[in-house]
Amino acid sequence: MSFWVYAVIVLPFASAAILVVLPGYRLGALFNVAASFATLLAGLNLLRLEHAVGDYLIVDDVNIVFIVLNTLVGFTAAWFSASYIGHEIETGRITPLSVRFYHAMYQAMMGAMHLALLADNIGLLWVGLELATLITVVMVGLYRTPEAIEAAWKYFILGSVGISLAFFGTILAYLAGQAALGEGLPAMSWHLLHANADRLDVALLNLAFVFLLIGYGTKVGLAPLHAWLPDAHSEGPTPISAVLSGLLLNVALYALLRFKMLIAANPLAMRPGPILIVMGLVSLIFAALMLYQRRDIKRLFAYSSIEHMGLITFAFGMGGPLANFAGLLHMTMHSLTKSGIFFAVGHVAQAKGTQRIADIRGLSVTHPGLAIGLGLGVLAIAGLPPFGVFMSEFLILTTTFARAPWLALLPALGLLLAFGALLLRLQGMLFGAPNMPAHPVKASSFPLIAHLALVLIAGLYLPDALIAWFQRAAELLG
Amino acid sequence: MNQAYDISHFLAGMMLVASFALIYQERLLAVLRTFALQAVVLALAVAWQAWVQDRPHLFVTAVLALGLKGVVIPIALHRMIFRLGIHRDVEQVVGAGLTMLIGLGLTALSLLLILKATAAAPSLAREGLAIALAIVLLGLLMMITRRNAVTQIIGFMSMENGLILGSTGARGMPFVVEISVAFSVLIALFVFAVFVFRIRERFDSVDVSELDRVRGDRQ
Repeated sequence: MSFWVYAVIVLPFASAAILVVLPGYRLGALFNVAASFATLLAGLNLLRLEHAVGDYLIVDDVNIVFIVLNTLVGFTAAWFSASYIGHEIETGRITPLSVRFYHAMYQAMMGAMHLALLADNIGLLWVGLELATLITVVMVGLYRTPEAIEAAWKYFILGSVGISLAFFGTILAYLAGQAALGEGLPAMSWHLLHANADRLDVALLNLAFVFLLIGYGTKVGLAPLHAWLPDAHSEGPTPISAVLSGLLLNVALYALLRFKMLIAANPLAMRPGPILIVMGLVSLIFAALMLYQRRDIKRLFAYSSIEHMGLITFAFGMGGPLANFAGLLHMTMHSLTKSGIFFAVGHVAQAKGTQRIADIRGLSVTHPGLAIGLGLGVLAIAGLPPFGVFMSEFLILTTTFARAPWLALLPALGLLLAFGALLLRLQGMLFGAPNMPAHPVKASSFPLIAHLALVLIAGLYLPDALIAWFQRAAELLG
Repeated sequence: MNQAYDISHFLAGMMLVASFALIYQERLLAVLRTFALQAVVLALAVAWQAWVQDRPHLFVTAVLALGLKGVVIPIALHRMIFRLGIHRDVEQVVGAGLTMLIGLGLTALSLLLILKATAAAPSLAREGLAIALAIVLLGLLMMITRRNAVTQIIGFMSMENGLILGSTGARGMPFVVEISVAFSVLIALFVFAVFVFRIRERFDSVDVSELDRVRGDRQ
């Protein structure tokens, strides 16, 4: 196992330990950015590795996609957070001490997510995801307002229900593996389970998948298990909303995909496709309808995240190399775009001093640069060309249309509904007479620009190497 | 070998009974005592598994369950309850009869589900797993039906008891997982403590329904 694989996991945890004792929030913020950058470099180094399997860790084409995305957004979000958090201290929303705590938690959360992504042992995968969830619960409650505490409590209760069911599913998966691989560690190793998939106990495997689907599905935010998601997004610090939407939902989906690969490799087990398709579609259409009634800007985009996770789940449910490719691409595009939008929303909330959509008027007059950034981000997530999201949504719809024409109508309907809602809200925020005191924006706009640029470039031109890489991962996903 | 079955089933059954008691018990202190009892029985069940399966490291899990969930956490919560002055509180369980019926249904469901799915597995694991699932689902039910933050916490930990019972019953499940479960309980306690104090700070009450007024989109 390469040194860099360990570095991706150990670096964030070690940085968290240092950040706990580092005095001064400015120094802490700088160190947070530096540590995230170092992790990004370590993550990029994994690209040079083809495949590697150790006792507890695994690197293959599937998780490299997730790791690179995770370390990249982790770095840009840390950059954004560094320029954002100072303003929060000035306005007295948080104390310097809780900022120190916040930075340490940020790195620990990244480390836990990387552990989940690189784990070969299905128990370790569970531990990583559980740890990341618990840490985000604390982060969501950081502001200590009644709303924040309520959101964190709800997140905690629903999250722990999900994680308990996922653990029970993990026990069942182990028992399914025990029939083929004997007692002990081998029956928890994902690559051994996958290699011996046709010898696993079918009944136990099916039951395990149902528990894992409900358990990890709660964390993905699939309806009807999504209730925690809008609250957690709207009440926590904005950099955390960006990381939640852009990364943690993906990591939970990744866990689900690993087990989908297992069950798909066993010819006698149930087909996971139809369940994923139904859950994905329900989430997509439900969230698209909910978008119309939102009054809080962060809740609006939280529902948009549910919508897109639904679409991605739908794509993976369709399965096959092409739909999987589209799903992976859409996941990447959504992560980049949505975290970019949350950066813009953070700017808007600081400029206007509110998250209420009704109180955000006439941004194009008071903050033209910000209005362009937010506008482009929303147009991108709504699926307009030439952005990358358009391409991935187009791919998902066309592959579905080729295989099941009638089925393609439902995601198309959901996307159109969401498109209408987002444009309606965007128009109100950008145009019209400014109605609130406007403060200058101090937070750095580099992360927002970088994300929008990446999504735009991906929409115009995808390098062949990237396409080949995604195709290999899509093949593996089955 | 028959003795091994009898004793492990007896202990698992006792945990299940404690779960039912937790569902309908209205007095806060009694809920706490019932939970402590369940944790002690869990420790015995895990210790018995360690003996039967000849896996001495499971004794660590047993000791953790006994020390942490049987003694330390109940005492901490006990103190907290007295400090908040809610030790005489009677929490009306809405529709206790109906909740019990649902609990019975969940137990029957988990028995049917697991026994059917694990027809090929060794029988000691099967029944243990079925009861473990029942305990998990009853803990879930408790978290849903209760309005008090402290009883919700206890519901969650009772659910964890079921998970530990299930994972130790699965023969040879690697130790990594047991450590992680114990670890997660520690973290959970940390999170809980933070929450309970913060909720207290804000509302002078640990009744979660106080929180409901801030639910949903702000008007």
